[in-house]
Amino acid sequence: MLDNNQLLRFTTAGSVDDGKSTLIGRLLYDSKSIFEDQLEAIETTSKKKGHQGVDLALFTDGLRDEREQGITIDVAYRYFTTPKRKFIIADTPGHIQYTRNMVTGASTANAAIILVDARHGVIEQTRRHSFIASLLQIPHVIVCVNKMDLVDFSEEAYNKVINQFEEFSSKMLVRDVRFIPISALLGDNVVNRSRNMEWYQGAPLLHTLETMHISSDINKVDARFPVQTVLRPQNDSHRDYRGYAGRVVSGILRVGDDVTVMPSGFTSKIKSIDTLEKSLDEAYAPMSVSVTLEDDIDISRGDMIVRSNNKPEASQDIEVMLCWLHNNSAKPRAKYSIRHTSNEQKAMIKEVVYKFDINTLERNSEDKELKMNDISKVKIRTTKPLMFDSYRENRTTGSIILVDDATNETVAAGMIV
Amino acid sequence: MSKYYLNYLDELESEAIYVLREVWAQFDNPVILFSGGKDSILVTHLAKKAFYPSKIPFPLMHVDTGHNFPETIKFRDDIIRELGAELIVGSVQESIDEGRVAEEKGKNATRNALQITTLLDAIEFNKIDCAIGGGRRDEEKARAKERFFSHRDDFGQWDPKNQRPELWNIFNGKHFEGEHFRAFPISNWTEMDVWNYIKRENIAIPSLYFAHEREVVWRQDSWIPNSEFLILEDHEEIVTKKIRFRTLGDITITGGIESDADTLEKIADEVSGMRQTERGNRSDDKRSESAMEDRKRQGYF
Repeated sequence: MLDNNQLLRFTTAGSVDDGKSTLIGRLLYDSKSIFEDQLEAIETTSKKKGHQGVDLALFTDGLRDEREQGITIDVAYRYFTTPKRKFIIADTPGHIQYTRNMVTGASTANAAIILVDARHGVIEQTRRHSFIASLLQIPHVIVCVNKMDLVDFSEEAYNKVINQFEEFSSKMLVRDVRFIPISALLGDNVVNRSRNMEWYQGAPLLHTLETMHISSDINKVDARFPVQTVLRPQNDSHRDYRGYAGRVVSGILRVGDDVTVMPSGFTSKIKSIDTLEKSLDEAYAPMSVSVTLEDDIDISRGDMIVRSNNKPEASQDIEVMLCWLHNNSAKPRAKYSIRHTSNEQKAMIKEVVYKFDINTLERNSEDKELKMNDISKVKIRTTKPLMFDSYRENRTTGSIILVDDATNETVAAGMIV
Repeated sequence: MSKYYLNYLDELESEAIYVLREVWAQFDNPVILFSGGKDSILVTHLAKKAFYPSKIPFPLMHVDTGHNFPETIKFRDDIIRELGAELIVGSVQESIDEGRVAEEKGKNATRNALQITTLLDAIEFNKIDCAIGGGRRDEEKARAKERFFSHRDDFGQWDPKNQRPELWNIFNGKHFEGEHFRAFPISNWTEMDVWNYIKRENIAIPSLYFAHEREVVWRQDSWIPNSEFLILEDHEEIVTKKIRFRTLGDITITGGIESDADTLEKIADEVSGMRQTERGNRSDDKRSESAMEDRKRQGYF
């Protein structure tokens, strides 16, 4: 692999019948990412189950229960590499009862693959997946119109799906949508160009994934540096060193920049940006570095270093699109721990504004209960101000999770409006 | 602006450093599980980067089965000296002597499963609330489901169907007394990534990974090294071969492959052409389709 190759994370949501597992199996198989012993294991299982040939879908089953039931329960991560890029697939189940897993897989993705069965066109599940992709602000969406072999590779059938999709997706905020006609089962337009669809002028799926522009997916404008921990070595070579360890989550920090420490509001200048190998003139997202400042300021975990001329919002009241993740429903006005970058404090859900029906995309202002897999707009009040950007502008400083102090479980994930 | 992006290895490195710093910030008493294998060596290397110019702020813990390659133990002691770190050893032999576990019987007996008890005892005894491991999701199908921060109940058990969802890069390490976490900073690395990175950073690894002459016996489709623990079958014969190991576990179960790769470049080239997974030579994983899942549920690495 070349030194400048990038990493692309994408998510695939789907259920048993729409060919998601077959598509992933096909990508891995045709890109030669399946090893012989893995293939042998799948061949044995295929035979045991009485399948004809090798069932590529079996490759994505992880846990024993999943193999036995033939379903995906949880998010599974798959890896493959081509001479152009390294890929991480977050493979998630598509059924409505697994919305939380789709949201989880989508949270770190650069791209989403949405599978549509060419015979059935856009269905409820397509709408659900597209909505989650737009809610989680996945920068690129690839709609794969699958099972083209079952509609005689017809261009008309393909165009019909595109029209259906564009009609309903106009209401959503997806920046980059592409369409590809494929047959995951036969391999058409997955890795290799289809000979059955000469009318399709675009690139096959893998080529699309290899070449799409992702460098601008991260916000490069707003410099945000949440402090994870403070490094104070107090050894002979670094007697007075006080470094703030963290990851640049967006934007660029440079030595000499005027910075403000939030929430205290103290100002200083960046003195150095350090790593084990060398000190740097600048650091950009998503680099992990240690930053020192010209002035001695009291800074600890949970604080955020930002450029003085570009600060995030600070408020105790936030509006959030909240996905409920846990079996235990939200208690009215219950208190939770809220985690936002490296910051943690207490929070209360003050009001449920409305709940989304993720199948019809309608808002429901009557039903205010927050149950597992529900997506709702809520108002949250925190004990101290949060330093945030809207999720639309910044996926890291715009996201939160809620933790139930009674169980320590993560119960909800939210995107700040 | 186009130059402001990281390549895939830099991004993986930055992610791992972020995870290690989160562990340090969220737990009171974390350790690195150190086996002497390349993955735990890599995690230790990344920890050096994460806390520089401070020392690695937590001890290394080795679960010693007693069935070691001598090279591994020497390597472990050298690295501890170099880092100035503390070493905690959990001894399987002691667990056997104390009657906590019983040795397996027969020709294919190993101490692999016995490690679980020793590991959990050591975690409890040393009041460890997070054990950082070199597990990777590409290694095995049960590991593909692992979180970066993976909860273990007060019996040390993993419940794969009831894991905390992990969104964005927000990790929830909250736990009750007696429970602990496993953290996996290199979850997203593949075997190839590990080798490319070791090559790039020129990280020292045990000589066992490089091709060398060794006495071995052909068993279960791989070359098992001769050792004091090896019981030969009638039809088996000890031969000398030029081999190297792709993974390192107990000397009794780690199979080698025939190879001429004696430099990091050659190893990386060889691995990129491999058609078998690296754990294909580990007899501990061959016992059943869910061998890893079953052990992990009980508390395995």
